[in-house]
Amino acid sequence: MDISVWFFISSGLFLGWSLGANHAVNVFGTAVVSKMVKFRTAAIISGIFVILGSVISGAGTTKTLTDLGSINAIAGSFSVALAVGISVTLMTRAKLPVSTSQAVIGGIIGWNIFTGSPTDYNSLSKILFSWIASPVIAALFGFLIFKLMKKTVLKWKIHLLRLDNYTRIGLIIVGALASYSLGANNIANVMGMFVSAPLFVDLNVGNLFNISGVQQLFFLGGLAIAFGIFTYGNNVMETVGTDLYKISPITGFVVVFAEFIVLFLFTSQSLEAFLLKNNLPSFPLVPLSTTQAFIGAVIGVGLAKDPLSINFKVLGKIGIGWVVAPVTAGLITFISLFFIQNVFEQKIIHPVPYQITKSVITKLNDEGIETEKINDLLNERFTNNKIFLNELKKRYDYNSEQIYSIYKYALIDSFKIDSMLVIKSLSSDQFSIEQINGLKILHGKSFSHKIDFEEAVFSDSNQWRMNGDKLKDKELSEKKNIIENIFRVTQNNKHK
Amino acid sequence: MFLKKTRKLETQIDEYLDLVIKGGLIFKLGIKCYLEDQIEEFEAHLKDLRKIEDAADDLRRNIEIKLYARTLIPEARGDVLGLLESCDKALNITEETLLEFSVEIPNLLPELKNDFIDIAESSISCLENTVSGIRAYFKNVDAVRDYVTKVQFYKKETNKIAERIKRTIFRTDNELSFKIHTRYFTFHIERIAEQSEDVCDRLSIAIIKRFE
Repeated sequence: MDISVWFFISSGLFLGWSLGANHAVNVFGTAVVSKMVKFRTAAIISGIFVILGSVISGAGTTKTLTDLGSINAIAGSFSVALAVGISVTLMTRAKLPVSTSQAVIGGIIGWNIFTGSPTDYNSLSKILFSWIASPVIAALFGFLIFKLMKKTVLKWKIHLLRLDNYTRIGLIIVGALASYSLGANNIANVMGMFVSAPLFVDLNVGNLFNISGVQQLFFLGGLAIAFGIFTYGNNVMETVGTDLYKISPITGFVVVFAEFIVLFLFTSQSLEAFLLKNNLPSFPLVPLSTTQAFIGAVIGVGLAKDPLSINFKVLGKIGIGWVVAPVTAGLITFISLFFIQNVFEQKIIHPVPYQITKSVITKLNDEGIETEKINDLLNERFTNNKIFLNELKKRYDYNSEQIYSIYKYALIDSFKIDSMLVIKSLSSDQFSIEQINGLKILHGKSFSHKIDFEEAVFSDSNQWRMNGDKLKDKELSEKKNIIENIFRVTQNNKHK
Repeated sequence: MFLKKTRKLETQIDEYLDLVIKGGLIFKLGIKCYLEDQIEEFEAHLKDLRKIEDAADDLRRNIEIKLYARTLIPEARGDVLGLLESCDKALNITEETLLEFSVEIPNLLPELKNDFIDIAESSISCLENTVSGIRAYFKNVDAVRDYVTKVQFYKKETNKIAERIKRTIFRTDNELSFKIHTRYFTFHIERIAEQSEDVCDRLSIAIIKRFE
């Protein structure tokens, strides 16, 4: 691996350090400030669980971020991570309650705008929904759990000293769970922008288990977060953790528990699968602001104690954070990308070629998107996002969603079907005999567009048709992704 | 192991409160003996009360050290120590009062004998209910209010009896010094109730803080 990779990745590690230093207070702040748990104990537990969460469960939220903007050059990832890190530091100094998760979104959109890459508005709307929903849900759970605690645990005739012991154990357990969720949910902020630029090769440990490159990346990110907790978490707890975090240990337990539930809802792929299986609405897997979830839960508990206690000033600050964080991070990203590209002459995006073919036109027509005016671009190849965008805009005033669809379908994405790969890579446990045979028949065929590949490979409607069952449809689309990744011809697997 | 240590401390707190109750009962017996002119028994009770007071002091210090050394109940620690210390002060007053009876040997009017028994009973009822309130603070928060109400009731009763004694004594033809001496002892017994009420005031605040 090129040594410069470590330089580029350092900005992500800095972001991880900053996240650990600033966010440990949301999981163990109350316990440490109230002297229920020693900082050392809290840091060890939190560090371990953050790393575990990052490596084991970090994939879900990362996918949402990469859908929003796929930063494919490491210098681009470096610039975005650095810009986000700087903007979070600046805004924290200005005492604005900003979140890394929200700044990252601004950073990615900044990259999209600078490079002319399309923004997936479906992912963006999911993310925006989660920003509002997470403190509200945290408040709801904070309210309910506190009411429940008051009616049960606080009514039990347990000696205060024993209750103190149980609270201590409870704080450690919820702190560990919340740390795990913090790692799983927020690792996307730290390392998400490096995922599309493959840095590590998969590691096979003694033929026992396989550690993917992404998991190695997440491990590094988790380590950086844990390092942030150890080195600076205590300072933040002592300075920041005075007012908001100075709540009774039992209230602290309720708040962290509610925060954990919210993080879990927006992070767990297993929960998502369970909800889909039971035809229930699922939560988007999105990186959240733990601080805002914490504040939401504090407000919920406050309402349970006194319905008139709602602090509109705090609510206003959360609202300001939703706007200020992404806008500032987006601007700083834009400026830093300009410098990295023009002053340091680094590649901030690997050019992705586009070509409008007949099948693309057909697909666009099916979606009701105007194509007559772009017919003259048929079969013309574009290697620069911005030029392609300008050409499209010159011809018709497409809206952002239409542009996103055109980019998606016109993207040149090479596929070649090889029956040997079918036998080697597709297991009969996961794929049906018909699905496997359908692929074998297509041996030797090549495709330059994803839609052509999908048209040929997934044409058997009996095997590949979505039938409205959310879980089955999700599994089907995951299978399709697996097949696409196997037969995609990239720089790394050209030998195939 | 952690829970075992906590249980030992729970037992120590209970033992401490038991000593306060015992101290109150001995005080009552001591006053009765003094009023009945059973001076030997009275002195024996004073001796017992001093031992109890010393034991309670040691136990309280031990509890305080453990609470701080093991950073137990960090949020409520200040309140608990305050409660135990002010409760200890009430126990000290019982011991001091009995000691003053022993040293000054006040001459009390026979017609005030029942009133003195009543004021001792009423003051010690205050102390006993305060101790029950503290126990409830640890184990059964809902019951604290009942005990606080009882303490307030007995404190008012004590004040009424004290007033009655003072009115009676100051309407006699005795020497002023004699009257003041009697008032002084009434005041001392009344202080037990006053101190118990102070403990209960702390208790009422401590309960609110537990639900914050």
